[in-house]
Amino acid sequence: MTTVILQQPGKAAGKTTAARKPNRSFVHGLLSNKKALTGMAVMLVFIALALLAPVLFPGDPSRITAMASLEPSPEHWLGTTAKGQDVLALTVHGSRSSLFVGLTVGFASTFIGILVGLASAYFGKFIDEALSLVTNVFLLLPGLPLLVILAAFLPPGLGTVILVLVVTGWAGSARVLRSQALSIRSKDFVAAAVVSGEGAGRIMFREILPNMASIVMGTLLACVIYGIGAQAGLEFLGLGDVSTVSWGNNLFWAGNEGALLTGSWWVFVPSGVCIALVAFALALINYAVDEVTNPRLRKIKTPKDTERIATK
Amino acid sequence: MRFILRRLGFYLIAFWASITLNFLLPRFMPGDPVSRMFARSQDRMQPEQIEALRKLLGVDDRPLWEQYIDYLHNIFTGQMGVSISRFPTPVTEVISSQIGWTLLLGGTALVIAAVAGNLLGILAAWRRGGAVDSVLPPVLVFIGSFPYFWLAMGALYLFGVVLGWFPIRHAFTAGLEPGFTWEFIGDVGAHLVLPALTIVLVSIGGWMLGMRNTMIATNSEDYITMAEAKGLRPSRIMLRYAARNAMLPSVTSFGMGLGFVVGGALLTEVVFAYPGVGYQLLNAVQGLDYPLMQGLFLTITAAVLLANFLVDILYVRLDPRVRSN
Repeated sequence: MTTVILQQPGKAAGKTTAARKPNRSFVHGLLSNKKALTGMAVMLVFIALALLAPVLFPGDPSRITAMASLEPSPEHWLGTTAKGQDVLALTVHGSRSSLFVGLTVGFASTFIGILVGLASAYFGKFIDEALSLVTNVFLLLPGLPLLVILAAFLPPGLGTVILVLVVTGWAGSARVLRSQALSIRSKDFVAAAVVSGEGAGRIMFREILPNMASIVMGTLLACVIYGIGAQAGLEFLGLGDVSTVSWGNNLFWAGNEGALLTGSWWVFVPSGVCIALVAFALALINYAVDEVTNPRLRKIKTPKDTERIATK
Repeated sequence: MRFILRRLGFYLIAFWASITLNFLLPRFMPGDPVSRMFARSQDRMQPEQIEALRKLLGVDDRPLWEQYIDYLHNIFTGQMGVSISRFPTPVTEVISSQIGWTLLLGGTALVIAAVAGNLLGILAAWRRGGAVDSVLPPVLVFIGSFPYFWLAMGALYLFGVVLGWFPIRHAFTAGLEPGFTWEFIGDVGAHLVLPALTIVLVSIGGWMLGMRNTMIATNSEDYITMAEAKGLRPSRIMLRYAARNAMLPSVTSFGMGLGFVVGGALLTEVVFAYPGVGYQLLNAVQGLDYPLMQGLFLTITAAVLLANFLVDILYVRLDPRVRSN
């Protein structure tokens, strides 16, 4: 990024540098943050697994390949299910659907949240009142029962799961993004843009939005975590599309086939641990974003650290 | 007072929205779920009961607004129809026999998690970098990352099946006469431990971190420095000065948490076959019992809204700024 600015000294007017600078220190802060690095490493591993699943375990993962309920062994690293499916293949293939749904739900709810939040903050008055009312109603309606009811009325399938999760998930991000957008809306440079006759869309997306990038990122991460967890919950209840392979469905079948009552813990542990690892990794990145942007939450330097800095 | 009225208006709108949602869902969803349900259970029902259900779920040919007015009338007079899966018990009866268990389970878990989590948060913020502050947050966040129902299944397997310390399903031992006897209360308590414990385990981290972060902000206020300069005891400053002022966000979360209690305990109830409204809701969905489903959803929503309204009233007592605005 530095080189770009150096190559165009004439173009780097006051505004651009001022807008770029906090951004650069944000990325830098994130890359030097241990929590963020750990989280990103874990996420990369899972994304790689999801992409490589057809190569690592070719063919349909839910086909029956061995004896039923085998304990973990060199041939089947994580054992087999009560039907005789390979648990490792199911788990690796499950990451595809779970990550896909989680990311789609995350991006879609954050996108709606951005639209609603920006429109509320920019137009204010009646539009703000109306949008806030809808947001607050959706926030207050109990999420999980609403999920269950919607899933029961709609035809089962991956599309339904995504739709239902977005419907119940967007309101939280809208509220957070609205309050942030409101505080930026009252800044002088937005007033300047309004006076200079810039259009509504341009002010919302080019002036306000870039200045709340870190909040948007935090919201996105929280929404992805929500998406992955809620999908697993829905599918565990048998309300997803039980024919697809995903972590939630793996757990549904584990419960359905009584894996725990017969003591086959290896059927039920891997998918749950995977969901937890992904959620934890995303939460770590989220906390890191918080720490980088909110100096009060940063670790206090111990006396030793301060001495070291002093001697330097 | 104006604040309270505004909030009351808002909750009424929210309740109206959920009733309308309930009204519209069976009428506009593809696949005609209502006919499916009738096809399944027609032979068990009287003709007039079928007629009443048809009206409730919108399988009649009258104009929509007429149906809507009828529907509102039925809801406010408490006529929610007859349950299909537990035919012929009225929906209201099924719900009232189960909401108590949900409130018991959710309420116990919420109070324990909120009290313990807030105390831990206060301690963590007060001793920044101490044992509580450096070890617990990451551990609790990690535990909180596990799917709720997965932890519940794990606990069920470990403490219920392998070790056999606690009963693994239902709210009390079958055959035991419900009543206010020590035997029955003890039995209910034993059945409560595992489900409540898993809810506490997953939710305590959120309470702790929320409290910790507000406390850290409060700790840098001038009146804390002032209190320290006056030489007050640290425990007094911590609880009476810092924690007291950092409590407000936690009160709001408590309202939100109450919503979670009624609705969110669903997964836990399903894993432990705990006879609350969440477990019943899933059964209703699986049995295509639409009247019961609608009744349960409205009851849950009403409970959530009521709880939030009570928290708002409490908030007015606690925060003078709300009163003056």
